[in-house]
Amino acid sequence: MSSSSEPVVAASTGAQGSLSSTSMQHELAALDARPAHGWRLYWRRMRSRPATLVGTGIFCVFLLLAVIGPYIAPYDYAAQNLSEALAPPSMSHPFGTDRFGRDIMSRIIVGTRQVFLLGGTGTALAAMLGASIGLFSAYKGGWLDEGAMRIFDVILAFPSLLLALVLLSTVGSSNMNLVAVTAIIYTPMIARVVRSVVLDVKTREFVQAARMRGERRSYILFREILPNAAPPLLVEVSMRFSYSIFLIASLGFLGLGVQPPSPDWGLQINEGRDFFSIAPWVLLFPACTIALLVIATNLMTDGLRTVIQPGGESTT
Amino acid sequence: MNSPNPATRSRGTAEAEGTAPPVLEVEGLSVDYATEGGRLLAVRDVSLSVFRHQSLGLVGESGSGKSTLAMAAIGFLSANGRVRDGSVRLNGTELIGMPKKRMRQIWGAQLAVVSQHPLSALNPSMTIGKQLAEVGQLHLGLSGKASLEHAKSMLDKVAMPDPESVMRRYPHQLSGGMRQRCCIAMALTASPSLLVLDEPTTALDVTTQAVVLDLIADLKTDMDSAIVYITHDLGVVARICDRVGVMYAGELVEQGALTDLFRQPQHPYTLALLGCVPDRQRSLRNCRLATIPGSIPHLYQEPQQCVFTPRCGFSSVECADAHPRLAETNPGHTTSCLHWQILPSPNECLIQQEEDSRECGLATSGDAVLEADNVYVRFKSHAKSPFARRGKQWVRAVEGVSIEATRGRTLGVVGESGSGKTTLASALCGLVEVSSGSVRLLDEELAPSVAHRSRGQLRRMQMVFQNPEASLNPTRPIGHAVSRSLQLLGGLSRRQAEEQARHLLTSVSLPAEYYGRRPHELSGGEQQRVAIARAFSAAPDLVFCDEPLSSLDVSIQGSLMNLLTDLQLERGTSYVFISHDLSAVQHLSHHILVLYAGVLMETGPTESVLEPPFHPYTEALLSAVPIADPDFEGAPIRLEGSVPSALEDWTGCRFHSRCPRRIGDICIEERPPLNRAEGEHWIKCHWSPAALLERQQNFWKGGEQ
Repeated sequence: MSSSSEPVVAASTGAQGSLSSTSMQHELAALDARPAHGWRLYWRRMRSRPATLVGTGIFCVFLLLAVIGPYIAPYDYAAQNLSEALAPPSMSHPFGTDRFGRDIMSRIIVGTRQVFLLGGTGTALAAMLGASIGLFSAYKGGWLDEGAMRIFDVILAFPSLLLALVLLSTVGSSNMNLVAVTAIIYTPMIARVVRSVVLDVKTREFVQAARMRGERRSYILFREILPNAAPPLLVEVSMRFSYSIFLIASLGFLGLGVQPPSPDWGLQINEGRDFFSIAPWVLLFPACTIALLVIATNLMTDGLRTVIQPGGESTT
Repeated sequence: MNSPNPATRSRGTAEAEGTAPPVLEVEGLSVDYATEGGRLLAVRDVSLSVFRHQSLGLVGESGSGKSTLAMAAIGFLSANGRVRDGSVRLNGTELIGMPKKRMRQIWGAQLAVVSQHPLSALNPSMTIGKQLAEVGQLHLGLSGKASLEHAKSMLDKVAMPDPESVMRRYPHQLSGGMRQRCCIAMALTASPSLLVLDEPTTALDVTTQAVVLDLIADLKTDMDSAIVYITHDLGVVARICDRVGVMYAGELVEQGALTDLFRQPQHPYTLALLGCVPDRQRSLRNCRLATIPGSIPHLYQEPQQCVFTPRCGFSSVECADAHPRLAETNPGHTTSCLHWQILPSPNECLIQQEEDSRECGLATSGDAVLEADNVYVRFKSHAKSPFARRGKQWVRAVEGVSIEATRGRTLGVVGESGSGKTTLASALCGLVEVSSGSVRLLDEELAPSVAHRSRGQLRRMQMVFQNPEASLNPTRPIGHAVSRSLQLLGGLSRRQAEEQARHLLTSVSLPAEYYGRRPHELSGGEQQRVAIARAFSAAPDLVFCDEPLSSLDVSIQGSLMNLLTDLQLERGTSYVFISHDLSAVQHLSHHILVLYAGVLMETGPTESVLEPPFHPYTEALLSAVPIADPDFEGAPIRLEGSVPSALEDWTGCRFHSRCPRRIGDICIEERPPLNRAEGEHWIKCHWSPAALLERQQNFWKGGEQ
């Protein structure tokens, strides 16, 4: 590589001393108010969207509860106290107690971890599977793509709760199976999102450039193309996560999910069903908690879409 | 076909500036945009007026605020835009602050807009006739039947072939040129007093552009409106406008009558813009083009100095002291430059350029780097439904083209869009597989797919792509693309590659600190420089340049062409330079290949291809290029229709359906021979080169010296 040539000649007339292009750019850059970058930019965009901020805040609180829940819960989630059974909300039991006198707030707090673990693992599995299948199938095209998409169509043709019920009643209910079923149900949806992005991105010229420098296919797929699918993928995954909370809670409610005495939210709703007329808090608080987490996740997801867009809203 | 007539032009101007009040009067207009970086002062304190029968051209690079100015004036600002100050009067009525309800009566009736993208300007779910009739019903109060009649007469007026059938068609069934004609017809329906044309021909092919420009020039003379014509192309301005306003960084820096401004520009920016354009009129091949260093600033604060100072070759201390205002120098000519008196004329600059260019001699010619013989590229058409009426269909993208690129020289490939030039390049690079024919690189036969080519072969052949944004991965730092290529093809370690990549960035005149930046932080020109650095990273023997300049501003085009020339002289790299822009191809190429619908039409050394005898297609291309010289009157040869569909089989000459010099049935039935005109110059036509020469010589006497 020999020394740099100076292709930018002085203005058309070959006139007197022009600045070197580098110092010029600095000077011009100083005139510009340069937009912020990376996390600072994300933060600034986030700040201007209160709904996203609230959603993310609530989500983070739940995430924290999932980690430290068992240590901060006021009571042991399984400790029974039959003398206080079905006690209404009070100072000592802010959310009241259930029919065994167990503190509902403690059960909700401790149950958070399970929700995140089951839903999170299921969604993460679905994300990995879905992203890989979507990537390969879109990049290869042809029969592979056709075949994969038709199989997914079949899975998508069943309502997800029904499919989960069928699968779980066949293989039996366990935490492992719950995670596997969640993954099976959400893989096609995530694969489709990734596929649609890849179909667009794979025709871009930077992919051609990577092929022309002899990159391996896996590098092109995972390092060049996949990061471009990250924003929609992230949005889809967090949306699937909030649905998986629903799904697992519904399965718990139907008795095919997590088994008692686990402090699962859906299970608690199921247990509270019988006393709804005399002790509505047993059902209401877990139900509200599910709604709160799902709404918060959706709010966060909605805002994320615009916040993490590279380049963001155009500046001119 | 009529050509612009200087006499009518000056008459129009004189008449206009007599007693009649201006149609559009803009005074002290300032426009802001709310952006993430704060309030962007997009247009600052602009005043201008346009009279009846007059056309004002607004020119400037992108980001100069020319579109913002026009859109603000007619109340079409985007949601984050705001008029901060100033007034806009249309026929004496103030438009700023007018309620939307009243604006709606004015839009389409008193002022009309023709935009850059005719396809998005037309409603895809309505027939052309209905859309045109709607305007008549709304603004002229015509009945359904009368409005359809009127619509047809408007289509006649814009010289639409077969208006009856066009009325029944939907926008997607028309070609780009026809769509734009429909938009113009729609704009003219209510005889508006102001017509705003926002880059109406930028998205069109040169040949189509020429036809639409003819139409606008024709309409201008027998229309009652004032025209504001926004464009970045000085050639188009010279063809259409009476007066020109030059915009820079949101300010009007110079305004004057067309000929005055082109003859004796009084602002260094105008002078520089004129100097950037490679011009086949002015010289055969300059080695360097004038450029404007730096880029347009986006201002967030009121400037305290002349905005052009950082890029100006004539600036002095006074320029930085205060922000200069527009001042009249001659009657009807205003400039904001303090030093307008010392500016040279464009012709003086030309002499200077030629002196500069003498230093760089021609690269020595050498042996063949890449030879491709009788290359065919055909794809299976995408209609894979078993119910499709026709069975298997083939897209015939490239039909038997042979090329040879020699060491240290540039082969230019020209043609309209759809001529197969990009497919040819992708096929030679192995990105698309060649259907038949052989490709040899330095006497090694190349595998059809890039996946089966060796590292060494990949290293020798690289490509610079058309679209700078798409050619860099938005999620990775720009240096990555360059250093990755160095690692894979140059065999460097990661650390060495990174160091080398920084060095490469400086050799394409980018600061080495750019290494870690993301593509969206760079301007289009800078992105293309990175793409060039990437292509050159592993010292290739041959670089394909696929329209690398077409999406960039003129001043940046000039500097990139200089960069390409420098790199070639320094390293002896060969180029295959693909472009639809004949001036750029002429400027860079030693040898030219003209393609039409995948078929070679003419090939030869640049000098002989651009001199008669031409292939009739080359002749039409040359004639269509607008020249940035108000006095130039080219030979008007216009091509109607569009490039034939690549799906249909063809007979005879590929060009016969549009050829202005068609002989007769022989052109439709028999494949034309490839005749040698002289030396290496070959023309594929049924006319013999001698016969072509005879017919073209007289015709081109006026234009070509």
